Amino acid sequence: MAGMIEVRNLSKTFVTKDAKVEALQDISLSIQAGDIYGIIGMSGAGKSTLVRCLNFLERPTAGTVEIEGEDLGSLSEKELRMKRREIAMIFQHFNLLMQKNVIDNICFPLDIAGIPKKDARKRAEELLEIVGLTEKAKSYPSQLSGGQKQRVAIARALAANPKILLCDEATSALDPQTTQSILQLLKQINREYGITIVIITHEMAVVREICSHVAIIGDGHLVEQGRVLDIFSHPKTAEAKELIVKGGGEEHRTLESHQKELMKGKCCVRIVFSDNSSFEPVIANMVLKFGQPINILKADTKNVEGIARGEMILSLPDDKEIQESMKSYLLERGLAVEEVDGYVD
Amino acid sequence: MWTNELTVMMAEGVRDTLLMTLVSTLFGYIIGLPMGIALTVTDQTGIKPNALIYKILDVIANIVRSIPFLILLILVMPLTKAIVGKSYGSVATIVPLTIAAAPFIGRMIESSLKEVDHGVIEAAQSMGAGTFTIIWKVLLVEARTSILVGVTIAIGTILGYSAMAGVVGGGGLGDIAMRYGYYRYETLIMIVAVVLLVILVQIFQTLGMRLSVKLDRRKR
Repeated sequence: MAGMIEVRNLSKTFVTKDAKVEALQDISLSIQAGDIYGIIGMSGAGKSTLVRCLNFLERPTAGTVEIEGEDLGSLSEKELRMKRREIAMIFQHFNLLMQKNVIDNICFPLDIAGIPKKDARKRAEELLEIVGLTEKAKSYPSQLSGGQKQRVAIARALAANPKILLCDEATSALDPQTTQSILQLLKQINREYGITIVIITHEMAVVREICSHVAIIGDGHLVEQGRVLDIFSHPKTAEAKELIVKGGGEEHRTLESHQKELMKGKCCVRIVFSDNSSFEPVIANMVLKFGQPINILKADTKNVEGIARGEMILSLPDDKEIQESMKSYLLERGLAVEEVDGYVD
Repeated sequence: MWTNELTVMMAEGVRDTLLMTLVSTLFGYIIGLPMGIALTVTDQTGIKPNALIYKILDVIANIVRSIPFLILLILVMPLTKAIVGKSYGSVATIVPLTIAAAPFIGRMIESSLKEVDHGVIEAAQSMGAGTFTIIWKVLLVEARTSILVGVTIAIGTILGYSAMAGVVGGGGLGDIAMRYGYYRYETLIMIVAVVLLVILVQIFQTLGMRLSVKLDRRKR
C-alpha cells in the first residue's frame, strides 16, 4: 500500500562555484498516514535538506517525492503552492512574522489561502485554545518565550488543516522542559487530528519520546530505518549506536536524581583516570587491600580535548580512617581524586 | 537690515524647499520602491532569481549614483524642459531630484528588504505563498521599520540636493543662500537660509525616527 509520503531514490546535489556537494544520495522512505516519523542524524548529515525536499522547498536532483500518490515533481508552480497548504512546517527558530501579533500570525496561512478574515479569526481563536495561548492573542512574538513562540508556530501550521506536519529541529532551541511540553502537544495533535508528523532532530531522546518510526541519516545516506523500538534495542550500524549512546537525555536525568539520593550523607569521591592509570585494576585492588566494599555510583567516559577519559563516582565506607587511606591509595596510583557532596557532572 | 520682504522671501523659500523635497521623495519612491523590490527578488539569493534583470537594474543604479548631482542637474536639463516647460525654478528641479533619488532609494529599499530573516520567507513559501504575496505580506511588512528609517535618510539627502540646485536657479532656500550669500555677500541672509535648512532636516529626522520606533513591534 502506498503511504502518505513516498520518497523514492531521492538525491540532492548542490552545485557551488568551486564544488559539488552531494547532500543526499539515493534515499527511499515510506511514511504511512498517522505515523510520527523521526528523521535523525548528526548536524550536516543532510536531514534538513531531506525535509525540504518533502515539500519541494528544495527540488531533488534525482528521484521522486509522492504525497498521497501525487508526484510533486509533476506539479506546476501553482499546483505545488496549493499542495503545500496540505504540508505544514515548523522550524527551529519559529520563523514568525515579528511585526504581526499572535492572532495575525496564525491567520497568515488562511489569508494566503484566501479565507475571509472573519472565518480566519474564528479558526485562529480555536487554535490558540488548542495550544493554550488564548490570553496572548494580541501579544507580539518578541514578547513571548521560545516555547510560546513554537506553540504559536504550531497553531499557525495547523490553521489550514494540513495532512502532514514537518518539524525541522522544532525543539532544538528549547530547554528540556519546554521540549517535553512541545512534544506532548505534537503527540496530542497526531492523536486527535490524525495528522502525519515528520520530525527532524539530532536528539535521540526526541525520537524515543514520541516517534513510532525512525530513519537514521548519516552523511547523506539512509543508514537505517524501522520501528523505533527495534532500532533502539538492536541498532545494526555504527551511526545508530552512536546516536543511541549520545542521546541519553531523559534516562540520564532520572539516573542523576537517583544518584543524588544515594549520595546523601555518604562520603563520595569522583576519580578521573589518566591514560596510563587504566592498566592497573585500581578499584578491584583497593577493595582487596582494604577488605571493604565500595559502591560505584557512576562510571563514564568523557571526551576531553579529543582524549577519552574514564570517570567514576565512588561511595566510600563510613569509617573516616579508611576513607582517608583509600583516598591516598588512589592518589598514589596517579588518579585525580576529589570529594563530591552534591552531584557534580 | 531685516525687512518684511525678507521674511516673506524666507517663508517662500521654506515652502519651495519643502515642495521640492517632498514631491521628489514621493516620485523617488514611486520609481525606487519597485526597483528595490526587483533588486531583492531577482538577486541570486532572492525568491525569483533572474540574473539579467538584476544586472540591468544594478548597472542603472550604479551609473546614476556615480554622477555628481550638480552634473546630473545640467545633464537632464533638456528632459526637464520637455516635461516642465522650463529648466529653472523649484518645480523644474523636481525632475533631476527624482532621477537622482530613485536609484538611491532603490538601493535603500534593497538593503532593508534583504535584512528580512530568510526563515520567515521560507515559512511563507512552505504555506504556499506566491512571490507577490511574499513581497507584499512578508518582505514589506517585516522591513517596515528599516524602510521608514530609509525614508528619513532619503528626505534628508534630497533636501540637501535641493539646496544644491540653487546654483543653477533651482529655487528654495538653497537658491536664496546662493543668490544673497554668494553673489551679493549678504552673509546674514545666507546664514538664516542655512539655519532654516538645518531646522528642516532636524524636524524630518526626529519625526521619521519617532515614527519608525513607534511602529516597530520587535522590542517592547
